[in-house]
Amino acid sequence: MVKVNGKNVDIAGKTLSAYLATTNYDCKRIAVERNGDIIPRTQYEETILAEGDVIEVVSFVGGG
Amino acid sequence: MVPEQNALLEALQQRHGRELQERFTAATVAICGLGGLGSHIATALARAGIGRLILIDFDQVDITNLHRQQYKVTQIGRCKTEALAENLLEMAPYLELELHCIRITEENVEELLQRADIICEALDEPEAKAMLTNRVLEKLPGKYLIAASGMAGMGSVNAIQTRRITERFYLCGDGTSDVSEGMGLVAPRVMLCAAHQAHTALRILAKEYEV
Repeated sequence: MVKVNGKNVDIAGKTLSAYLATTNYDCKRIAVERNGDIIPRTQYEETILAEGDVIEVVSFVGGG
Repeated sequence: MVPEQNALLEALQQRHGRELQERFTAATVAICGLGGLGSHIATALARAGIGRLILIDFDQVDITNLHRQQYKVTQIGRCKTEALAENLLEMAPYLELELHCIRITEENVEELLQRADIICEALDEPEAKAMLTNRVLEKLPGKYLIAASGMAGMGSVNAIQTRRITERFYLCGDGTSDVSEGMGLVAPRVMLCAAHQAHTALRILAKEYEV
């Protein structure tokens, strides 16, 4: 299991970009942290999610 | 008459304590975007006696900004960097300012922000917010970043929160109230989110890292 924004999701072994493709996130509006570190945008395709990873997807809305 | 620098410093030391005020005075905070969030963050930090602010915005003051941003009707049409600098120096005449009337891009993030201790993201477009956040966390790992997402509309004040996402990345707002849906930005709620960001910056300088 991988914890994404506090919820367990069965995606260990998938790439980050494969997981994101199953969601409604707009990749141009997000930042993704894994175990406390930012995952660079250029590495979404090669980042494989591991059992026990803690992922935080921050999705921005407009206004400021 | 403008008070002497020492008189103003002593007044701040009386409020904050000498040690904390020394940290505020020694700090450099960058504010990216000078709209409803950024103009209020800058005002709060200037009043608190932060030593140096880096102010960045490409835009000019518009009549539609006046309902929620710290500008005056006499400043319509002027660069926000210059107009805000003028207003801040009326409150904090010895504040050091670095002004950049420029759009923040992936290419100039590092150059613009390398001298900052703390960076406040106060942009408008979600893509720009995400770009700045990714870039700062990737390329400037020693900095603290305080970003904002979700402060539009007439939702509850109590929905605006500060979360510590990672060790050096804080996120303020309700996370969902998008300016492009519903009624847009309303002054007190934007100010509230800006206050979360400004106070988080002061807490980081006070070495109070938990939210």
